[in-house]
Amino acid sequence: MSASFAIETNDLGRIYKLRGSKKEKRKELVALQNVNLTVERGELFGLLGPNGAGKTTLIKVLTTLLSPTSGWARVAGLDVHAEPEVVRPKINMVSGGESSGYGLLTVRENLWMFSQFYGVPSKEANERIEALLEMVGMKDRMHTKSSDLSTGLRQKMNIVRGFLTEPEVLFLDEPTLGLDVGAMRDVRKFILDWLKADEERTLLLTTHYMAEAEELCDRVAIINKGRVLACDTPTALKQGLQKDALFEIEVSPLNGLTQQNLLDQPEVTKAAVTETETGAKLSLSLVEESALARVINLFTQKEVKVMNLTKRQPTLEDVFVDLVGRSMAEEEEHGSGE
Amino acid sequence: MQNSTSWRSFRMAAWLGWVIESNWTDPFLFAVYSIVKPISGAAILVVMYGIISGGNFDTPLFPYIYLGNAFYIYVGAVMTGVSWAVVDDREHYKTLKYMYIAPINIPIYLLGRGVARFITGSIAVVITIAAGIWFLNVNINFAEVDWLLFIVTLIVGVVMLALLGLLLAGVTLTVARHEGFIGEATAGALYIFSGAIFPLDVLPAWLRPIGYFMPTTYWLELLRRSLVGNVAAAFPTLANFSDLQILGIMVGLSIFFGTISIWVFRWCDKFARERGLIDRTTNY
Ligand SMILES: Nc1ncnc2c1ncn2[C@@H]1O[C@H](COP(=O)(O)OP(=O)(O)O)[C@@H](O)[C@H]1O
Ligand SMILES: [Mg+2]
Repeated sequence: MSASFAIETNDLGRIYKLRGSKKEKRKELVALQNVNLTVERGELFGLLGPNGAGKTTLIKVLTTLLSPTSGWARVAGLDVHAEPEVVRPKINMVSGGESSGYGLLTVRENLWMFSQFYGVPSKEANERIEALLEMVGMKDRMHTKSSDLSTGLRQKMNIVRGFLTEPEVLFLDEPTLGLDVGAMRDVRKFILDWLKADEERTLLLTTHYMAEAEELCDRVAIINKGRVLACDTPTALKQGLQKDALFEIEVSPLNGLTQQNLLDQPEVTKAAVTETETGAKLSLSLVEESALARVINLFTQKEVKVMNLTKRQPTLEDVFVDLVGRSMAEEEEHGSGE
Repeated sequence: MQNSTSWRSFRMAAWLGWVIESNWTDPFLFAVYSIVKPISGAAILVVMYGIISGGNFDTPLFPYIYLGNAFYIYVGAVMTGVSWAVVDDREHYKTLKYMYIAPINIPIYLLGRGVARFITGSIAVVITIAAGIWFLNVNINFAEVDWLLFIVTLIVGVVMLALLGLLLAGVTLTVARHEGFIGEATAGALYIFSGAIFPLDVLPAWLRPIGYFMPTTYWLELLRRSLVGNVAAAFPTLANFSDLQILGIMVGLSIFFGTISIWVFRWCDKFARERGLIDRTTNY
């Protein structure tokens, strides 16, 4: 039984046929290429990539809305293309950045209707609706017509719709897109609380916010131009990028200590020295963290005092730059012209 | 399980459809829509008939076209009700993809969405016929109405129209543009081929087979026969057939078109998933 994975894809590919003008030959757009991913039950898995990377396409395939053109995908152990009807009761999906829902129904009616499509008993549905609206801080809006809600609140309602049916696997496509900072924080907290409540719950989330992926996800796949470039925990991704330990050190005047003195230490691979008003700023790359003791020793010998010392963490942005050769923002600009 | 899924889909869809359909902030507008529109449609027909016939409303032709036109309201209403739901959910409410991934039966859901238009359509039909009886001397002798035939015919016909609506819904699903009027357009195109406002014999011979192939032709004929038997019998088109024979033909054609509709819908549904059209909106 391979039912142990919440999500599993094998050489998954998706090509869109584009219809250009009549004379033009049909063009093809490779939106996904050889995607191999496995997500364990209970995981919060992130897909991180710039606009146009293929994140939504992958979610559409996994939620049975779109057929793959090659390879296969399983959700909750079931093939999404072959058995969509069996997959659907086990999943739900929310897309951010759009306002969906029946404007003439109240928030409660909208949510209640969807719960009925999933066969949730009416009483239980109403209890869940109240509890979830409470959690996102819009219980007082329960009887407001959804057309009267702000975009942010409509999006929150939509997010509640996804969680309401207690899916085994939940897909969130850019859930915080377009939300203000406060609402963004609410939603992230809500996601984490919901997952904590049941260890079997699995959530796949796409984002192009680095911080969001770092803050929320157990594991992250970095995706660009339809390919998964790397997949690991945020920590491991960053460690893999930079084996050296990075330190920023502020010190008192150097008393003749030179950059060369630092580089002469076998564990120091890089050293940058900038003089400041109060002394100097050193940026060091060490083979391993423990080598820091040697450096401090050197300071003591020259009577240089350490005023501030920080270990600089590489970010996922660094990881992306390392993998692609340019930042996500640059990639979005260039990608659209192609 | 399957049954409860279908029932759930149908029941909730009918509720939703009704909420949307009856969402008239102004009851006056609702009255205009559901009463004045069909009446004015009938009035145009009456004026045209009056001019052409030189004001002779006493021939059997008048009730023939009046009833045909009245019941034809169902054709546009039911087909549009079912197929319009695709446009409405995809373009307007942006919920079609969420309906799709829910564990519901999509064809049944769409049929359920058509119930509301069936109800408003029924109101229009009743009002139109009532106006005909009161103001225009359309004679229906209620003691002689064959109610059983009428009810059976009405039910079979509405189911047939709903399935044709499903076919149009499938077609709508595969076109990314705003094709919401497809139901009314199809109804308009079939109007002259269904014997609604004139007997098929009036058509050129080479066009008549289209009419003979449409289940709506037999449906309207049976409705007329059940309500005003003597009038319908005055027209030679289907005079050689008994009520039961016509019912048989209608049921047969309905099954034929219904099967094709379901088949076409399934194909379109598959096509839409292959092309990624289920959540594709016009402004894409
Ligand atoms: N229905 C479609 N038809 C043609 N091309 C599409 C369609 N949907 C998406 N694309 C293209 O596929 C690529 C991936 O899109 P998408 O999956 O939406 O990326 P992301 O969600 O990461 O921004 C983009 O280049 C996009 O323009
Ligand atoms: Mg996207």
